[in-house]
Amino acid sequence: MSQTVFEPWNDPDAKPLIQFKGVTKRFGDFTAIDDQTFDIYEREFFALLGPSGCGKTTMMRMLAGFEAPTEGTIWLDGQDIAPIPPNKRAVNMMFQSYALFPHLSVWDNIAFGLKRDGLPRDAIGDRVAEMLKLTRLEKFAKRKPHQISGGQRQRVALARSLAKAPKLLLLDEPLGALDAKLRQDTQFELMDIQETTGTTFVIVTHDQEEAMTVASRVAVMDDGRIMQADTPANIYEMPNSVYVADFIGDVTILEGTATRSGNGYDITFAEGQPSLHAESEIALTDGSRAALAIRPEKVSISAERPEDKRNALQGKILDIAYLGNLSTYHVELPSGQIVKAQAANTRRLSRRSFTWEDEVWISWTDTAAVLLEA
Amino acid sequence: MRRFTWFNATSLTLGFAFLYLPMVILIVYSFNASELVTVWAGFSTRWYGELLQNEAFLDAAWVTIQVAVISSTIATVLGTMAAYVLVRAGRFAGRTLFSGMIYAPLVMPEVITGLSLLLLFIGIGLDRGVLTIILAHTTFSMCYVSVVVSSRLVSFDRSLEEAALDLGCTSMEAFRLVTLPIIAPAVISGWLLAFTLSLDDLVIASFTAGPSATTLPIKIWSSIRLGVSPEINALSTLLIAIVAVGVITASLVTKRAALRQEAEERAAERA
Amino acid sequence: MRRLALIAVPYLWLLALFLVPFIIVLKISLSDYALSIPPYSPTLDLSTGWQGIKSFFGALDFENFTFLTTDDLYWKAYLSSVKIAVVATLCTLLVGYPIAYGMANAPDHWRPTLMMLVILPFWTSFLIRVYSWMGILSTEGYLNQLLIGMGLISEPLMILNTNTAVYIGIVYTYLPFMILPIYATLERMDASLLEAAEDLGCSRMQAFWLVTFPLSRNGIIAGCFLVFIPTIGEFVIPALLGGSDTLMIGKVLWEEFFNNRDWPVASAVAVILLLILIIPIILFQRNEQKQREAEG
Repeated sequence: MSQTVFEPWNDPDAKPLIQFKGVTKRFGDFTAIDDQTFDIYEREFFALLGPSGCGKTTMMRMLAGFEAPTEGTIWLDGQDIAPIPPNKRAVNMMFQSYALFPHLSVWDNIAFGLKRDGLPRDAIGDRVAEMLKLTRLEKFAKRKPHQISGGQRQRVALARSLAKAPKLLLLDEPLGALDAKLRQDTQFELMDIQETTGTTFVIVTHDQEEAMTVASRVAVMDDGRIMQADTPANIYEMPNSVYVADFIGDVTILEGTATRSGNGYDITFAEGQPSLHAESEIALTDGSRAALAIRPEKVSISAERPEDKRNALQGKILDIAYLGNLSTYHVELPSGQIVKAQAANTRRLSRRSFTWEDEVWISWTDTAAVLLEA
Repeated sequence: MRRFTWFNATSLTLGFAFLYLPMVILIVYSFNASELVTVWAGFSTRWYGELLQNEAFLDAAWVTIQVAVISSTIATVLGTMAAYVLVRAGRFAGRTLFSGMIYAPLVMPEVITGLSLLLLFIGIGLDRGVLTIILAHTTFSMCYVSVVVSSRLVSFDRSLEEAALDLGCTSMEAFRLVTLPIIAPAVISGWLLAFTLSLDDLVIASFTAGPSATTLPIKIWSSIRLGVSPEINALSTLLIAIVAVGVITASLVTKRAALRQEAEERAAERA
Repeated sequence: MRRLALIAVPYLWLLALFLVPFIIVLKISLSDYALSIPPYSPTLDLSTGWQGIKSFFGALDFENFTFLTTDDLYWKAYLSSVKIAVVATLCTLLVGYPIAYGMANAPDHWRPTLMMLVILPFWTSFLIRVYSWMGILSTEGYLNQLLIGMGLISEPLMILNTNTAVYIGIVYTYLPFMILPIYATLERMDASLLEAAEDLGCSRMQAFWLVTFPLSRNGIIAGCFLVFIPTIGEFVIPALLGGSDTLMIGKVLWEEFFNNRDWPVASAVAVILLLILIIPIILFQRNEQKQREAEG
């Protein structure tokens, strides 16, 4: 069973495909990438996730060869790639705008890179046919880019960048231009293709749902730094910083002072409020500042104080966001903080138990919240 | 981020040297003291003095300015109307002929336009003079104006006009209060274009001018056919200076307006 | 009613001052030369009624056009105009493309200035721009002074009053017409296309020939037409810079009209010139339309 789990980053013997070693990139006074060291492994689907301007695109462009690091080195397959120009790298890129050549047909676009390698004519034909089949574009080979739909264009761009069988494929916001419905289908298609071809993918995106869906590991970036690089589940369940917890998904952050107690800490976050308990392995000195991150779906909401949970607070419902299957309640505590709680809407609307201004109890278990350094 | 490469910098330098060197030489030699234009004999403003004494040139300049102001103004009115008809009037009998007549003068060789207008004026017995030049210049420059204005009208958001009508304007008021202020920059550049075309024109004016009216280009033409003259160099320098000042001022004004709008938008964004 | 007036005013103006004159040219080209005022016959005399109209049309013929084919001055002039226009257009392309390319790849804050520098000469008097070359190219002109001064030549070059001077004049005056459309297509081009080409294994040079150049095709075609069409009928440049053996149809027409005062032949020359121009004009229109459709 453990054999099938794909976790090369936990295997000390695995050789990384890409290594960033102390890479810094500056544009004038602006530091886009700040001294980053990390590895990406073969066959990984690695996502760089962050808001615009966080440096994720610069990271990708350095891999493609359009930017050179100011300091540090990037290694691909045990080789420093700094001296290799983009047109000689075994790295291909799928551009955000797709960058399909408008004067060439779909077939010629896909064959473009193969022709540059000087492959024999029938080898090119075979490879293009293979790519067309992979991306289900056989019918559109003769069309020009402006004669096909946005989704088809996206697949042409993918086919073109995969045609040369690169060691590494870079995808710059590959689904950004598609509408929501198409994007979901395409996400799974992308994962399928990645699995079939066995190519290492690095994707840049600002859409966390997309990153969580497709990637084997997600690197959350901010201000030129990778804040955390881990599996989607770990990023969500065990964020290592307030930034990551806040960036991924919905969360309530309560800040307070920590005191050691049992297997975790007690957090005093406001006067007149009971202290909260969270199990945690991090080491904090008593009295230091700490933050509790609580996901709304882990918070229960009830009319009476629950007996079985240590963390229980009373408050007033300030707002209700109705999401169909779920509702998110914004509960205001007497001390002013707002805690979000989510509940499934198992009953019809008219028979919902809580409404605005209701006094309610919110509660969660000792292991539900994540304790972070503030 | 685009940067100058060695190749680009070289081609731009050579290209602009080619475009501007002849004019620079002309300007420098307009301050030549010698009567022999190609031999430098020290700095002098002598030719400017002589130019200002030359009645014939001054008269021609005055005629040219009159013709240019009147013809470009009429051309702007007619051209804006024509643009409005092209973009907004929808279908009407003879629309194809109309748009053909708007675009044809743009590609018509000047010798043909001039010849045909001359034959018309003779045919209807109109004496050639300032009036005939104005008619001729108005006709070809209105086409340029209508091209400039219609390209602006095409990108004009029609719902602005509809909003004006919705708020109680008559269609005339909607044009005057909403459309015209918005397309004004295009109308103004249309006028400027018509004005310079008229100032510039030699061929059509030669056909349509009579003995009673000579424009500056005709005057220049008759003296440069015989060769380079220092007086013409001085005159050319003055004309180049006027155009340069005009164009640079206009572009600075537009640039400042654009910068101000940008700054205001940014301030509003922050507030 | 208001719409009618709006249409009628510019419409009637153009009919009266563009279409009617053109019909007159057509008519006179079919008339005969006469030593009278106006110097052609027949003239339409409406006072004699239907009979007058009939005899008027009866007297029109294609004699002038036949004359144009018999005197080889004319067809040589047409041919030489087309030849000069083609060569000059290609020269303008060769000079203009690198400039347009350099502009499109210049830093952003430079581009408005460069754009203005290209447009500025366009606002300056055409006549003066052509004239400025007379002083440079003449036998004792600045170019010859410079070359002799540098010791490159001992005898002054004869450039003014030759076809070479005409080519230089055309390239010089029509250069902005070539640069602007090419610049517009290059500037609009998505920079990531070049990165994509490079990513797929192109060298810079290959990327230029495989991507940039084909994508600027529409601009090149538009620029070539914008130079070619007005050059064919050009009068000022061959008259000022060309020699007595420089044959261009615009100059022939001018001389036929002002020097020989043969209005019927001048009109016939004009009609044929227009017929020659119709083909490139239609091709140009089609190119523009195709481009609009591709963008829309």
